[in-house]
Amino acid sequence: MPDVALSRPGLPARMFRSLHLPLNDRFALFGLAVYAVFVLTAIFADQIAPYDPTEILYTPEYDLAADLRPGEDGFILGTTSLGRDIFSQIVHGTRSALLIGITAAFMVALIGSIVGLVSGYFGGWIDAILMRLADIAFGIPFLPFVVVLAAFLEPSIWNVVIAMALVLWRDTARVIRSQVLTLRARSYVDAARVSGSSDLKIIMRHIAPNILPLSFLYGSIAIGWAILTEASISFLGFGDPQSISWGYMLQDAFASQALAKQAYYWFVPPGICIILVVSAGFFITRGYENLLFPKLGR
Amino acid sequence: MLDSNEPLVSVREVQLHYRVGGALSALRGRSSVVKAVDRVSFEIRRGESVGLLGESGCGKTSMGRLLLKLEEATGGEISFAGEAIAGLKGAALKRYRAKAQLIFQNPFDAVNPRFTIRAALSEPLENAGIPVREREGPIIEALELVRLPQPQQFLDRYPHQLSGGQLQRVVMARALILQPAFVVADEPVSMLDVSVRAGVLNVFRDVRDRLGLTAIYISHDLALVRYVCERTIVMYLGRIMEDGSTEDIVHEPLHPYTKALVAAVPVPQPDQSHDPLPIGRGAPDPRNPPSGCVFRDRCPYAFERCASQVPRLRRVGTRNVACHLFEETALSSGRQ
Amino acid sequence: MSGTLLSVRDLKVSYSVGDGKVDAVDGASFDVPRGSIVGLVGESGCGKTTVARALTRVIADNATITGGQILFDGADIAAIPERQMNALRWRDIAFIPQSAMNSLDPVYTVESQLHEVLRRRGGMSARIARARAEELFKMVGIEKNRLRDYPHQFSGGMRQRVAIALALALNPKLVIADEPVTALDVIVQRQILDQLRGLQAMLGISVILVTHDISVVAYVCDKTVVMYAGRIAEAGPMDAVLTRPSHPYTMGLRNAFPDLKGAASGTLTPIEGAPPNLASPPPGCRFAPRCPFAMEICSKSQPSLREMSPGHAVACHRADEAPVLRELAAKTETWLAEV
Repeated sequence: MPDVALSRPGLPARMFRSLHLPLNDRFALFGLAVYAVFVLTAIFADQIAPYDPTEILYTPEYDLAADLRPGEDGFILGTTSLGRDIFSQIVHGTRSALLIGITAAFMVALIGSIVGLVSGYFGGWIDAILMRLADIAFGIPFLPFVVVLAAFLEPSIWNVVIAMALVLWRDTARVIRSQVLTLRARSYVDAARVSGSSDLKIIMRHIAPNILPLSFLYGSIAIGWAILTEASISFLGFGDPQSISWGYMLQDAFASQALAKQAYYWFVPPGICIILVVSAGFFITRGYENLLFPKLGR
Repeated sequence: MLDSNEPLVSVREVQLHYRVGGALSALRGRSSVVKAVDRVSFEIRRGESVGLLGESGCGKTSMGRLLLKLEEATGGEISFAGEAIAGLKGAALKRYRAKAQLIFQNPFDAVNPRFTIRAALSEPLENAGIPVREREGPIIEALELVRLPQPQQFLDRYPHQLSGGQLQRVVMARALILQPAFVVADEPVSMLDVSVRAGVLNVFRDVRDRLGLTAIYISHDLALVRYVCERTIVMYLGRIMEDGSTEDIVHEPLHPYTKALVAAVPVPQPDQSHDPLPIGRGAPDPRNPPSGCVFRDRCPYAFERCASQVPRLRRVGTRNVACHLFEETALSSGRQ
Repeated sequence: MSGTLLSVRDLKVSYSVGDGKVDAVDGASFDVPRGSIVGLVGESGCGKTTVARALTRVIADNATITGGQILFDGADIAAIPERQMNALRWRDIAFIPQSAMNSLDPVYTVESQLHEVLRRRGGMSARIARARAEELFKMVGIEKNRLRDYPHQFSGGMRQRVAIALALALNPKLVIADEPVTALDVIVQRQILDQLRGLQAMLGISVILVTHDISVVAYVCDKTVVMYAGRIAEAGPMDAVLTRPSHPYTMGLRNAFPDLKGAASGTLTPIEGAPPNLASPPPGCRFAPRCPFAMEICSKSQPSLREMSPGHAVACHRADEAPVLRELAAKTETWLAEV
């Protein structure tokens, strides 16, 4: 029997493997592909976008390039009523969408995992306090809270991210805590304690590696939520005026009565992008669930 | 060295009580206290092997966890080599951890499945501050001590690649690697197949004798305890019923519970007694133990005093027994 | 009524695992006489549970009975259609699982579970079923007022009694009990075994008791079948197999087992090594790699089950030398020298 486990891959390879990417699930693979395209777009936005998304453009005849249809004067997706290039806005919107999604997801996974680990491992009054905080977080109406906090602090994408992280950690923390409770009851954790390992070492070595895939799962769920939330907030007009996002584009189109003008080219592309990236995230999540809890589906 | 007659482990009136049910049920007067271990006292001399015998829920495993400071007593005192373990912290706790070790019931649960055998055995060495390159020697030595043939070949394997018997030896090696003075073995062979049990038990006996270990062997099986321990403590619902030499207990059990327990052990021989056991039906209920003697509801000899008064553990001959039946004998032997 | 109730002939069960198949039971033959308790003993993975389940034809999805006959009351139940088999289950062949907790439905009272069996399977009227349920509880020694209780309200031993009552509900001829007392404490274990033995004698039924514990066999069984690595090593009257074991594996098991009635200084002797991987079993006798008496032939040809004395059959090339081997096997050195 060839002993695969005997060869020890390098640390990056092991970390990658411990994420357990769902590579054999078709939907998840599609999701990952969509993400790859969006990530590349975000990274090379400056190269891909022909114009600055906020720049007011003019036609070769020195007229304001407003309300141009796709293809007219070389504008791929046309222009807005203020003469901005829609395609460039979409491309730059990818950047803010992913930035928000990924930072929010990271914060949610991080806060949720730490709270879950500490709460589940130490138990007692620490657990009681943290879980009552989680209960409170469950009682907060999500969107109004984010709107109020974003408006209160000042509308910037970072405040939106912080507001989301302050609410969304609760789900992750709950799930990770219950996982930690079962892991903590394993004899090897007792064995580590008896052999003199500190609590921190036990958490980092024996418990955290086992909850990493769960943190990743909840993080990837949070990506979709964060992008949707940012879009909603921007659409309601509480977004960051400095940065172009898909939600901002929708709000801009709505305010400029694009629907009345039948300017579908203006508001349909950002809508499709939001749907694509959010559903891609959920496809990945679904692949993950099948991997982590194989008995649930298929 | 200390005087060899001085006990290594001393347990005095130790209690482990849990509150069951939350604050709400307490308000409604429904919460109850489960006495997993209740006023247990015994001493273990250096080099002695003591069996902790009892059925599930008798508190034997909790007692083992208390001794290793995996659980904190809610009353009483446990001392090791004259020092109370309750207050141990930091470096002193680390020193205690190196001296008192645990062998687990289920070897497949006792080693982290993500760890190789080498990594599993390195953990205690790392905690003792032994640098990486000096760990291989003690690891090999420990594996040889538990008679794992060609230990080198196991180092880079994972737990699931070993058989139960092999893995239980690894668990033993991990417990022994820091050369402890005291080992608690919690049903170390109950998960193993019969044909390999004897091997693990023999290694346990040999190593204990060779290293002069003081040991506690927790089991529900008197035949196994007898094979390993010269002394046995019988527990029932958190209390000690009888404490004495294993041979005495096997051949002439005094406490009514011990009598039933000894009679119940099946033997691998065709002709054996099929007499009904001298014990009532039913099962011990830790949430709702009877008043007085916890065994009285199943005891065929129970009388009035058993319901009103908790029997104290008293000296009867060379043994300690907690039963009102023996108080007269204890008194008369005291008068002589 | 005497004679044979169940006769298993060359039973083969294999599991498909990945691409390959594992012969979990590879040619098992034994008889269950009417009105007797037969102990099926062996270590984990020896195929004893697979045999027990194959007898009811309730086996895992990836398992198939690939050969042999199961003659129950003269008819081969390995070959009858599923519908007919289903009619036999519970009415003629009943099963007591290891964990009664898992076999009882937690959301119904034990009474309604008994009633379901009595009415749906037994076709009894509600009134008769109620009387029968009370009778069954009386038989297994539980007060009838506990019929209305839910499974979690019973202790482990009581739950096992309920499982016995369920198994006996429709007066089966054969009860198969899979490690019925393994999870129980010694005192309760003894009480349940006494109960089982008493009911078996009273009702005149046959019982197959699957266990890893030879002292349980010694306590209740009339006959014992020792299995090793998917095959029968030795089968015969319980006292003959235990006092005059003729297969080296049985001899080894006796040495490895602590005996509370034996001498205090006795040493236990393990059988070195581990049972073979059934995906690639050794050729010849499967015990040969661990056997201190193995000869050349043992690793080449598979020994067949031969009757050494009436009712006592052994699958060993050296079965004729059993008395000599028994003496050698009693010495610890014998088992150490070989490995």
